[in-house]
Formats: sequence, structure tokens, C-alpha cells
Amino acid sequence: MLTATTLTVTLSHTTILHGVNFTARPGALTAIVGPNGSGKTTLLRAVTGEIPSTGPVTLNGHDIRRAKAWELAAIRAVLPQATPLAFPFTVVEVVRLGLASGIDAARHGIAAQALARCGLQGYEGRLYQELSGGQQQRVQLARVLAQVWQPVAQGHPRWLFLDEPVSSLDIGHQLLVMQIARDFADAGGGVVAVMHDLNLTAMFADSVALIAEGRVLGQGTPAAVLTDGLLTQAYRCRVRVNTPPAAGTWLLPHAASLAAE
Amino acid sequence: MVALPFARSMPGDRSARAAMLFWVLLAALGLTALLSVGTGASGVSVPQVLGDLWAGQPISTRDRVVLLDIRLPRLAMGVLIGAALAVSGAVMQGLFRNPLADPGIVGVGAGAGLGAVFAIVLGGLLPASVAAVAGNHLVSLAAFLGGWASTLLLYRVATRRGQTSVATMLLAGIALGALAGAVTGILVYLADDRQLRDLTFWGMGSLAGASWAKLLTAAPLILPALALAPLLARGLNGLALGEAAAGHIGLPVQRIKLLAILAVAAATGASVAVAGGIGFIGIVVPHLLRLASGPDHRWLLPNAALLGAILLVLADIIARLVVAPAELPIGIVTATLGAPVFLWILLRRRGMMDL
Repeated sequence: MLTATTLTVTLSHTTILHGVNFTARPGALTAIVGPNGSGKTTLLRAVTGEIPSTGPVTLNGHDIRRAKAWELAAIRAVLPQATPLAFPFTVVEVVRLGLASGIDAARHGIAAQALARCGLQGYEGRLYQELSGGQQQRVQLARVLAQVWQPVAQGHPRWLFLDEPVSSLDIGHQLLVMQIARDFADAGGGVVAVMHDLNLTAMFADSVALIAEGRVLGQGTPAAVLTDGLLTQAYRCRVRVNTPPAAGTWLLPHAASLAAE
Repeated sequence: MVALPFARSMPGDRSARAAMLFWVLLAALGLTALLSVGTGASGVSVPQVLGDLWAGQPISTRDRVVLLDIRLPRLAMGVLIGAALAVSGAVMQGLFRNPLADPGIVGVGAGAGLGAVFAIVLGGLLPASVAAVAGNHLVSLAAFLGGWASTLLLYRVATRRGQTSVATMLLAGIALGALAGAVTGILVYLADDRQLRDLTFWGMGSLAGASWAKLLTAAPLILPALALAPLLARGLNGLALGEAAAGHIGLPVQRIKLLAILAVAAATGASVAVAGGIGFIGIVVPHLLRLASGPDHRWLLPNAALLGAILLVLADIIARLVVAPAELPIGIVTATLGAPVFLWILLRRRGMMDL
């Protein structure tokens, strides 16, 4: 279980999150959505312990501010938005950066499987710097997956924190990456993902937290949170949610219909 | 150290190649060392001396002095300082996530130099008890402190939210170097005749003054820095992902940064204190090794120590031979060979980096 209560983040004298409550449970994919600059990424960085915050945050019962870096690394992995590398690492070398030292043969196996899972079989020997942005993002996902390869370890769930995991991917790879996250949750792990694409969120998420201006407007099932009213309030544009009988949910912003301020 | 057989089976895994390179470099260092001991103005022949020893004949006093008191300490100093320069370059590049970071280029060498000049000019003002304890190590220690302060300052200026800006680092390095140079100038202006003589000898930047005594002042700083390097390897690999991601994979980022800065300062400070400014080893060696066997610091650091030692000893041989029986300062040799390589790195990377 991930629980953050009255979470407040202030960076250079600007309060970015105002006493936010946020929970995510293992076995579920929890999405954080909201407009640009609403505090989505800040919330993710606060609950992973990357930036200072106030208000209790616990992950599997551990106080994340008191846990050691290696203790947290054993139960959760974090995918940043983009990761430029200064040195010419090969793809497989990047993936193995995420693996704690251990038996080399086992580490090789996990790295290869994680790459294959992300559709990167045959890319092991390529130089990371020479790949496209979307390919680099999948290499980083493979690294993060390898770090928490078993979604449940010794009876405790492990966690994936993904910051806009599909932002530079084509739709085929968007579906692949969302399915990887879905499978991780279905196997008992926890997934928390910052998302821009509301349609993918509606398709894959179990729980959605909608953020605007540093406050949570609502957290619950996609059907409860992704509503015309809440989305229009958050994004300040008219949004209509379609729910055809057979195919789940999709949403489209109403073309050229900025809400009057 | 030994490559495991299955390591070869995975494409993209260059650890077997890096391991082989380690043994090749070790052998090459042995050959270079023999060449160095056998080369010199005096014409002592190593095979002949060894043959005499084998036959049970005593070695002449002159041969013994040339070999044991002149050439061997010079070789040892070349190895130690070459290794220190290359490793401090590699560690600094790993810390700054930037292949252009080098103590000589970004002002850390100048900071260490300022420390050394401080000790030479103002060391006499220290209380006698302190001076007695520090003794011969005073210049080395001061250079270490100067290097430490400038590395720390540079890191603070050039790094923001865990990411280092190339432009800020290089520009801050220029400012730092200029400031250190200015203060050094003031100190030189204040120096008396005897201190000026000491400064001149120190500033020549060569291995010419090598002696066992001088080696003893540098080794206590350089050897711990080299010993620290393998402990840093995994941390520097993780730092390549950025500070935040390094923390997320479980690395103690603050401790790694602290140790890396100490290692850079100790290695740079000690080599500047005993050999003056020797440029480009720290940037050329890691770059060549990354091309040959990748940037994994677990191999990069030991291999850099070996290749740095080889190159500096070779440069010293060249410095001794080109204008024999006189000598070129070794810094001139390394700059002549290294500066074009640095430009070549810049040209190759121009398209890839935001410079």
C-alpha cells in the first residue's frame, strides 16, 4: 500500500502541492492525471522520496523518508520522463545498471527478458545514445522492470512508478507499455503512473487521481473521476466522455471549445 | 578480474573485452617500465647490469646510483602520477556525467596549484609545531586542499537539480582557473628570492626532480585515491543516469559524490604538488578506453590507471630523448599530443551535445 496524507510540497517558496491525499494499492494500476503544471510529476517525485515534502508517506508500511536508498530500491523502481546518458553505454549495459550486484548469469537472464518484454530483442548491443527517444524510453522501462522483476517478493508487493511512460511512443508501443504495466499490477505488484492520455488511462487504470493546481479534485475509479464535469473543471476546456456499450470508454476534447474564464 | 565464459555470449556486454584489455595494458606497462629504466643520458645498460648481477659481479657505484636513485624513482613517479591523472579524470567525468570534465581544464589543477604556491610562500608563517608535523608533506597537503575546495565549488556551481550543465561547468572552470591564477600571481609577487627559486623548480612541471623522498610525499595521497576508485565504480555507473535515478536504484548518492570529490582532489593535488601541471592525460585516456571497451567504470578505472601510467612514462621518455642531454618539461609533451585529441573529441561530439 502507498499512502500519502496531507502531502505538501514547496519548492523555492512556491507551494506546488497543497495538502494532498493520495493512495495506491498493490494489484492495481493507479493513474495521476491533470493539466500541465498541475503537480502530477511533483506528486510522483514526492512519493518516491526524490524531493522534500511534508505529510506522512508510507510504502508497504515503510516511512519513505526514513528508509535507506537501497531498502527502497528493493521494493520500488522509478521511470523518469527522459534519461539522457553522457557516456556510450550499450542497451544491455543500461538495463543492468538497474540490477543490484548478484550472480551474473541470473542478471544476464533478467536483462534479456526485460528487453524482450519491451520489444527490444536484438537491440542488446546497440549504443543507447544512437537510439530514438521512444526507443530510449523503452530501454529505461526495461531497466526499471529488471530492478523489480518479480512483482511480489517474499510476500510483499513491489512497485513501479512511471512518469509519463508513453509520452514519446507511437500507439502500438503505447499499448505495449500500458499492457506491461497492467500485467505487473495483475501479478500483484503496484503501479503508479503519471498519464497525459486520458483514453489510455480510461482503458488501463483501476484508480485515477485527478489533479489541478496542486489539489486533488478526486480519486476513484475511472468511471467516477473521468466525468464531463470534473474534467472540464480541471482542464478548463469542454470535454465529453463517450461510453459506447461494447468498447469501454473514450474521451475527446471538444474541438475549439475553450471554456470561457 | 577474470572474465567469465558466459559473459561473451551476450551481445552488448563488453566486460570480456575490457578484462582482456586490462591484461594487455598490464603487460604493456611492464615493457614501458623496462624501456624507461633502460633509457637515459648516462648510457647505463640494463641488460649488462643484470648480466653482471647474474654472474655475481658487483655493480659499479655509478650504475647503482643511476638506476636506483635516478631512474627507478623517476619511473615510479611516472607510473604513480600517470595513474593518478587518468583516474582523477575518469572519476571527475563520471561525477559530472560529462566526458569533457578534467581537473586540468576546469580549474581544479589551478586550484591545487594555488594551494601549493600558498604553502611554498606562506608556509614559513605557520607555527613551528605545525610545520614540523606537516614537514615535506605541506605542499602536497595544501595542493590537496586547494583541489578539494575548487572541485566542491565547481560542482556546486555547475550542478542544478542533479544535472550538470556542460556550458556552466566549462565557463565556471575558466573563471575558477583565472581566479586561482590571479591569487597565485599575487603570492608570487610577495615571494622572496629563496621562495621564488622553489616556485620556479616546482612550476617546471616535470618528473626531472624525482626522488624517493618526493615520491613519499605524493604516495600517501595518491594511493588511497586509487584504492578508493574501485569502490566508486558502481556508483559512478549509476550516476550516469542522473542523481535522482541513481538514488532510485539504491545508491548512496551523497556519499558517492563526497568520495569522488575527495579522490579527485587527492590525486590531482598530489600530482600537481610534485610534478606541476600535466595536462590532457586525464581526458585522453578515459576517452580512448571508452571507445575501446565501453564506459563501465568497474573496468574503466583500473584500465585508466594502467594506460595513464603507460602514457606518462612514454611521454617522459620522449621528453628526455628529444633534446638530449637536456629535457623538455613533460607538460609540453602531453599537451602537444593531447590537445589535438581533445579537439578531435570535441568535433566528434559536437553534433551529440548541447555545446
